[in-house]
Amino acid sequence: MLATSLAASAAVAEENAPLSIGPGAVAISLRVNGVVRTAEVPPHTTLAEALRGSLNLTGTKIGCDRGACSACTVWLDDIPVASCMVLAIDIGDRAVTTIEGLSRGDTLHPVQTAFIAHDAVQCGFCTPGMVMSCAALIARNPNPSLDDVKTAISGHLCRCGTYPHVFAATLAAAKAAKS
Amino acid sequence: MSDATTQQEKFPFGIASVSIGEIERRVPPGEAPPLPPNNRLAFIGKSVPRFDARAKVTGASRFTVDVKLPGMLHGRLLRSPHPNARIVSIDTSAAERHPGVRAVHVVTDIVGRAVEQVPETDPPQPNGVRLPRALYAGAPIAAVAAVTPDAAAAALALIKVEYEVLPFVVDLEEARDPNAPVVFRSAVAGSGFAGGVAAGAEVAQQGNVRGPSRIGTRGDVTKGFAEAEVTVEGEYRTQVQTHCCMETHAAVADWHADGLTVYLSTQFTAGVRNELAAAFGLPRNRVRVLVDAMGGGFGSKSGAGTYVRAAIALSRAAGAPVRVVHDRHEEQVDSGNRPATFQRLKIGAHRDGRLSAISLYTYGTAGTATGAGVGNFAQATYECSNFDSEQYDVFINAGPACAMRGPGNTPGAFALEQAVDELAEKLNLDPLALRDRIDASPVRREERRIGAERIGWSRRHTPGADTGTIRRGIGVAQSLWGANVQTNASCEVRLMRDGSVELRSSVQDIGTGIRTVLAQVVAEELGLTPQAITLRIGDTDFPAGPPSYGSRTTASITPPARNAAYKIKQKLLEVAAPKLGVAAGALDLRDGRVFVRAEPARGLSFREAAALLRTDAISAFASRSDDYGGFRRAMGDAALAQNDLGGVQFAQVAVDTETGIIRVERVVAVQDCGRPINPEQIESQVQGGVLMGLSYALYEDRILDRPTGHVLNADLEHYKIAGPRETPEIDVVVLENYQGESATDAYGIAEPANIATAPAIANAVYNAIGVRLRQLPMTPAAVLAALGRAPYGG
Repeated sequence: MLATSLAASAAVAEENAPLSIGPGAVAISLRVNGVVRTAEVPPHTTLAEALRGSLNLTGTKIGCDRGACSACTVWLDDIPVASCMVLAIDIGDRAVTTIEGLSRGDTLHPVQTAFIAHDAVQCGFCTPGMVMSCAALIARNPNPSLDDVKTAISGHLCRCGTYPHVFAATLAAAKAAKS
Repeated sequence: MSDATTQQEKFPFGIASVSIGEIERRVPPGEAPPLPPNNRLAFIGKSVPRFDARAKVTGASRFTVDVKLPGMLHGRLLRSPHPNARIVSIDTSAAERHPGVRAVHVVTDIVGRAVEQVPETDPPQPNGVRLPRALYAGAPIAAVAAVTPDAAAAALALIKVEYEVLPFVVDLEEARDPNAPVVFRSAVAGSGFAGGVAAGAEVAQQGNVRGPSRIGTRGDVTKGFAEAEVTVEGEYRTQVQTHCCMETHAAVADWHADGLTVYLSTQFTAGVRNELAAAFGLPRNRVRVLVDAMGGGFGSKSGAGTYVRAAIALSRAAGAPVRVVHDRHEEQVDSGNRPATFQRLKIGAHRDGRLSAISLYTYGTAGTATGAGVGNFAQATYECSNFDSEQYDVFINAGPACAMRGPGNTPGAFALEQAVDELAEKLNLDPLALRDRIDASPVRREERRIGAERIGWSRRHTPGADTGTIRRGIGVAQSLWGANVQTNASCEVRLMRDGSVELRSSVQDIGTGIRTVLAQVVAEELGLTPQAITLRIGDTDFPAGPPSYGSRTTASITPPARNAAYKIKQKLLEVAAPKLGVAAGALDLRDGRVFVRAEPARGLSFREAAALLRTDAISAFASRSDDYGGFRRAMGDAALAQNDLGGVQFAQVAVDTETGIIRVERVVAVQDCGRPINPEQIESQVQGGVLMGLSYALYEDRILDRPTGHVLNADLEHYKIAGPRETPEIDVVVLENYQGESATDAYGIAEPANIATAPAIANAVYNAIGVRLRQLPMTPAAVLAALGRAPYGG
């Protein structure tokens, strides 16, 4: 009985849903850095494009646009993801945190402070994504080893080769966050 | 340089870790006084935090891809699906009618590739325009600007191109065959500098083979080899490496009533400004090129490429700004690459190690460009009076190569440094002892000493002596790079009446940290903190700065920065002198104060002194003067300093003899760059050079598909570059090497840090397994084959 009515209501819901959306722009709302923002984007728009385009949050970078370089890393409900691999219309009510939302006003996140102190930045294009992954690491693991740091950023590419300074900065940030 | 206007000055001279003496130099007028060694300075030689680091870690930096202008359109390029095709006709009318399209442009001039001296004989289009043949898959054909990226992409699909598809060749060896399809039907002039073959028109060309160039040939190699008691000979192959800039090539062009403004991800704002002014018939003062943050170039962003010119043409036609940004595929296919090479290298030596002859036969391919030559490294690194080279460019239907971090020398070192290692073994000499005999440089000698100690050279076993599944080894290799200086390099330092100071130059910070370095230099001279200096750079409205290629930025722009600051200092002291009742010569600047040198307590704050200025601001302009000891060679706007740059790198590897996987465990990199200004930033660049070299050694390889002519791995999944997991421990040592050559005595680091890594790894692999790998990349399959074990358990 229960099963039947669930199935029936699902069928009704499916019937009421639009058969398709697009190709024109559709309205979406995104909760980004604690603020609900709305935008009109074509349905194939990735989260990375929506952030950089309509929402003007250009701190998130696109390096490959297919999940190979991790420059576009943001948090979805505190989990780092490649925002070029997620469609903006699929985000729903998940919380999006971008590099612009990591600091608290003028107070930088310990990972940001440590990146500056250890010169873990050269051209800086991969940096926002690196920072997001390293900050997520120390949130879930306050005592990371060097190996943990390498794992956390193993999908990130940096052509300037800042990895050694990124390792040092992240380990120092974990230490600083505890004290 | 010893005319009446120069004066004699004493400068610190020598390597700090050995001993520092003095050298007298004649110095032209207007130069700041000799700078003492770093240990007596407040900011130069200190690791001042990178100026733009905060903006970069917060996402606030503005890269070219982040530029948004009102009404900006999105441009995209149509690219050839064929590796060699004549364009019979092109019809853009449907694209022009597509909703949202504002302009369509047909590419008539492709820059970056070699240029045929006899004009194309392809029939002109009905409108009289001659279209260049598409010489490689991905060659630009046309471009569209539209209000959205989607509309631009849709319009590209509506451009009708009728191609006459021609035979093509993408394989280096096949292209050398006299019967191979010919890429260029008439002799070409060189374009760009991917490596070394002379670009002049006098070089012979037959089929796809252009050469030989015998650049650097000296002495008599026949005699040299006859005298040799020991010889080594080997064949080496290196692959095509792509730059893989994380920020792809990007431009926003804005053609407006006053002229042209271009935001560009570039290594040389001033050079691009000049190029574009000429190409579009505008006076230089109506063209403005800007770059703020810049996401990597490595040689590939030196000029105004076809995509930039297309963006400008579209902007002019549409009357709106146009953004053109390469996608990753375009970036990998058509933004330059490092040429593939073949090298046959022979060295003859006496029993005591002295070299009697070096002979190099080499060919390589820069695709549809010239410049695959690698001869400079073998020619210049070691003492040998008999040298002969025969170098050829081979054309294939592939995207044009361009300079890439240590062009020519990086593949060249892979061969020479292995050959020297092999020679040492034949002579029963330690590889370092052999180099001590054949390398006259006291700098490299000290680098070998320091590096050997750090890596633990004394525990190095004989080649192949390690046993077991995982075998370890240590190897060494050297780097050499000319110390380039741009003499056409200027800046301005301004002091405002409120005491604020800024430096202005078109020089760009491409991630090397020149902003911070310039602030350190100006602050040191004016007795302020680096944070008190405002940097206005990356804009051609300011005095023309140097390019950021050829490891020349620091060498070219820090001396004028110091000299301009020195002029400001003198003016400020003159203004303060009457107030303090002494002559200006009795005053000095330090810690934000003007003070009487003999009576340091008496003085004014910097700000109080600045308030005495008659005008709202004073300004001083300075340009790069010649090195005090003279240049080795001057070439137009650039010159080569007397002393080369270089380094010595040591690698420790672990080779898994079952899987064939090479792991680099540790690299010691000992490098020199004259006077180091910011040690931490230098360390960052050296680490980057080592990692790019490691990546070249083990992973990177652009693959062209012989049946289709397309790049098979034009992405970052199948084109593997070193990541965090492949990063070894990297121990960086930077020498302080004083030569008294300029107002800062500072030179570059980026390229010398890249050249030695691959051969150091190759020599370490040989030391580990006793078999030499002479081809890049050194893949697991290559290791297993070298060990006589077929891959896949066969």
